[in-house]
Amino acid sequence: MSEAETEAPDLVADVLDGDHRALARTISKIEDRAPGYRDIVSALHAHTGDAEVIGVTGSPGAGKSTLVDKLAKTYRDRGLTVGVIAVDPSSPYTGGAVLGDRIRMASNVGDMDVFFRSMSARGQLGGLSTATADAIKALDAFGKDRIVVETVGAGQNEVDVVRTADTVVVLVQPGSGDDVQMLKAGILEIGDVFVVNKADMDGASTTVSDLQEMLHMREGATAAGAGHHGAGAAVESDANADDKSTDEWDPQIVETVATEGEGVRDLIGALDAHYDHLRSTGELDRRARTRTAEEIRQLLRADAADLLEGEIDRRGGMATLVDEVRARETDPYTVADRILTPLADCVRERRERDDPVE
Amino acid sequence: MSAGQEQRTIRCLVAKVGLDGHDRGAHVIARAFRDAGFEVIYSGLHRAPEEIVQAAVQEDVDVLGISILSGAHNTLVPKVIEGLKEYGAFEDTLVIIGGIIPDEDRADLMAAGVAEVFGPGTPMQETIDFVRDNVPQR
Repeated sequence: MSEAETEAPDLVADVLDGDHRALARTISKIEDRAPGYRDIVSALHAHTGDAEVIGVTGSPGAGKSTLVDKLAKTYRDRGLTVGVIAVDPSSPYTGGAVLGDRIRMASNVGDMDVFFRSMSARGQLGGLSTATADAIKALDAFGKDRIVVETVGAGQNEVDVVRTADTVVVLVQPGSGDDVQMLKAGILEIGDVFVVNKADMDGASTTVSDLQEMLHMREGATAAGAGHHGAGAAVESDANADDKSTDEWDPQIVETVATEGEGVRDLIGALDAHYDHLRSTGELDRRARTRTAEEIRQLLRADAADLLEGEIDRRGGMATLVDEVRARETDPYTVADRILTPLADCVRERRERDDPVE
Repeated sequence: MSAGQEQRTIRCLVAKVGLDGHDRGAHVIARAFRDAGFEVIYSGLHRAPEEIVQAAVQEDVDVLGISILSGAHNTLVPKVIEGLKEYGAFEDTLVIIGGIIPDEDRADLMAAGVAEVFGPGTPMQETIDFVRDNVPQR
């Protein structure tokens, strides 16, 4: 621990100084939850808040990595620095993983101002989004202008990850009913910009119109929830001064051929438009507040869980408790009470001491 | 799996460098490393030494495994090692080589900073054990 304490300030200074190795090591510490990583992230936090964060998700093979590569290249051509975090699944059995997204990063070879980092899910329940959010902070503090987080949109874990972004891009490829299925499963709601990649393939226009239809249904649904129809919103807005529907972002659909770099400018146009929208409506701040609150809750849950694990061990470990319950000597509620009561007592005593009741 | 517990995982970059289109071996070792619980980043084919260095530095790998069958190892491997030194990444990266390396070149490569050379027929477990035993402490 003492080593980490002496090491942390140096590492932080080096990251802020633009040292690539220090940035890479910082992200490793975040991933490993290495001793002292919290101090590092805490110290970096004050230097964050300048980057625009873009989340990219879609089914395997949709062309996410290739598109991210071209996106990074186009940003670089415009003089912006880029950080990329590519999340791949890990084996639930061995914890091992093959992280293959880097292969597609061919346009940015030798350009250290594109910092590309592969991360594996490491089977962390809820922890992945924490680790990703911390890695984004490291890249932000390092001074990256744009940060792209790429993930396979397969499950809640991954969805949580892209939600750490300001703008969420959902990639769809033509001619696959599965994509539409995936969209039905809930990813539709998180997309701010939809990309139909491989737009030179047969069926691309069908996919675009399918998407338009589904997005229209989504608009209809939110409008109905707000108590009026989308079409009439502009007319009614004078009557309802607090009507928020005119502020709602209309998700855009962009067609790209990532391998050729076609449509990437349109995509950046849509991303910029969304970011401007976030800023002008105050949504950027609202989203950031929601994220921060979620981040704090996540940390508290994890820390509280650690504290409880310690208590479980102190009482002979989980196996012993399970044995007692299985033998019908006690029940889960009683066990939970027994473990939690001393903690609750401590909290109550502390509260009474800090804020004595008159 | 909570935020408080350290979860150190060995990270490896499996790299193909130079004009060498044979990556069956690299694929096999990537798979074996994955099954051993390592996180494996595969570079893809035909990478320049600078690309390997860029990947090794950014990914902060513990192990860099270079697969090379083209015979250009005496030129390419020292370039990679120089690049790692430039970024201060050489000391804590275990550099190993797999492929066709003539015996007389081994000593020079090891002197340049390669930790071990694994030729054809090396049992997979031997390579995995070597990595586990020699992975740099941080």
